Order: sequence, then structure tokens, then C-alpha cells
Amino acid sequence: MVITLNGEEQNIADGATAADLVNSLELTGKRIAMEVNRTIIPRSRYEEHQLTDGDKIEIVHAIGGG
Amino acid sequence: MNSSNDSFEIAGKTYKSRLLVGSGKYKNLEETRLATEASGAEIVTVAIRRSNIGQNPDEPNLLDAIPPEKYTILPNTAGCFTADDAVRTCQLARELLDGHSLVKLEVLGDQKTLYPDVTATLEAAETLIKDGFQVMVYTTDDPLIAKRLEEMGCVAVMPLAAPIGSGLGIRNPHNIRLIVENASVPILVDAGVGTASDAAIAMELGCDGVLMNTAIAAAKDPVLMASAMRKGIEAGREAFLAGRMPKRAYASASSPLDGLST
Repeated sequence: MVITLNGEEQNIADGATAADLVNSLELTGKRIAMEVNRTIIPRSRYEEHQLTDGDKIEIVHAIGGG
Repeated sequence: MNSSNDSFEIAGKTYKSRLLVGSGKYKNLEETRLATEASGAEIVTVAIRRSNIGQNPDEPNLLDAIPPEKYTILPNTAGCFTADDAVRTCQLARELLDGHSLVKLEVLGDQKTLYPDVTATLEAAETLIKDGFQVMVYTTDDPLIAKRLEEMGCVAVMPLAAPIGSGLGIRNPHNIRLIVENASVPILVDAGVGTASDAAIAMELGCDGVLMNTAIAAAKDPVLMASAMRKGIEAGREAFLAGRMPKRAYASASSPLDGLST
């Protein structure tokens, strides 16, 4: 299936969960936050959150700013 | 008054350092770490941005340089030009920082001046406060708007001294003083400070603190400037507490005029 991750289209395995995606990006355990179709998915729910074709996903982290 | 136990409170937490710093524009994370340390700041702002997907997952993280265990991390909504974007950024920050609800709200209205969009700021502040956030709000130096934001429930009001990153210093000290006089929440000058004397002036006006980033990060030696700012803040604060002498139009001799030997 195709998802849009941080503005870029990506192919991921059908039936992948948010945890699978985070794992494939090597971001497991990092301080990130995820939004799927403008709804925040809490880290505690990555395992159970099933992604679907066409999902728009944003993954953010903290950077330097004033 | 003993200035060594002088502290202030934001959202129920007590802070000794009245200098708040940003973490942007540094050469690298090591410089960020050293300058932050030298500033003595206890509150450090961060921005929330898209992660770089697929690029070096072992890249050092900002929060390793300024660990949340040591500093109060203040996520900002820098770069947001609508109330919606600002609210969404705060919600992402809360998730990122494990439920931490203290945020710096800024909704900008114009690319060139980065002046706050005050009506959008009011709207975002209302939504965020209802959603349980503790909002420190960046705004113009308008005393009425500052009071309105306080009445809405913002935990600190942060008027600009001059445009973000301009280093022009306190452009309207009279307004800053009016805001301070009318406030019952902390007032922090945010943006526009250029050097240590600007920080001291803000504190002499009675501000509770100053938030700055570029003035430190864009100095030739950021770590030394961080230390200078720390001292400028402390000097200004002590001068405010001490109460300055009245200004006079003419001289008043410092040495007694009686008993001159001639």
C-alpha cells in the first residue's frame, strides 16, 4: 500500500502497523511524535494502530529553535 | 532584599534563572550544550519539525544536548502562521514530551517582520488553554492585549522588544513598563535583545525574565555571550530590586563640599 510520509509517497507492506513503520525507519525508542491523517497516535498505541492505504503520516521530533 | 533567594514561578514551578534561552542557530549540538550551560538557563525552547526520514538514524538528538531531566523544555510554535497549525504543533509537542503541557505559543503574521498575528494568537491561546495546556504567549508590546492574554489564563505573557532575530534592543521601554505594572503573571521580554545591556534594561524595567536565542547563538563567541547575558540579567534584576536613584538635571557632588583645605 502507499502512504504519504512527511510529504513523500512511500510503499509499505499491506497490514503494517504504526510500530512496523517506526521500526522500518529505525526510529524505535527515539523521541518522536506521529500523526496519522491529522490525528495524533500515542506511542503506547503504535503496536495496535493499523495503517491503511492513502494514510497521510507525519513524524516529528524536536530541533533547535528559539 | 537578598537577591540570592530571588526566584519566580511559572505554572506552579519555581525558577531561579530569569534567562530563558532558545536552542536554534548554533553551529552544532556541542555548542548548543555549552552555551546553554553557560547561560545558566533552566528553561530552553525547542522547535518541532518533521524528522528526516532515512537519513542517518544515529544522528545525535537535540534532547541529548539539553536533556529534559535537567532543563524545562519549552516547545514553541515558531513558523506557524495560523492558529490551527500552532495548536497542532503544541499537541504534537505534548505527545513528543510525554504529556508535558507547558508551551510557547507564537502565531506569526508576516514573513518579513515575524510580527505576531494577535487575533490568531488569541484564538490559539483560547483553544490550547481549554485543552489543558499551560501557555506562555509571545505577543506585541500592546498593554491591552497583554492583559487580555493574562485574563484568558496564559501562564506568562512575553512581549517582543523588537522583531525576532533583529537584535535591536528594547524599542519601546514605556510599553514594556506599562505591561509589567498591570500584570499579575510573569512578563518576559521575548525577541529583539541584541547584547547584555539590552537584557539588563529589560530587567531594570521590572520584567520577570528574558527569552533570547539569536543574541547568543549569532555572537562571535556564543558561549561567552551566554555568560555575559546571564550577568546582564542578574545585574538588571538586582538594579531593579535595589531601586535606582532619581534622575536629576544638574550635578549633585558626591564628595562633601564642607571642610575643603583651601
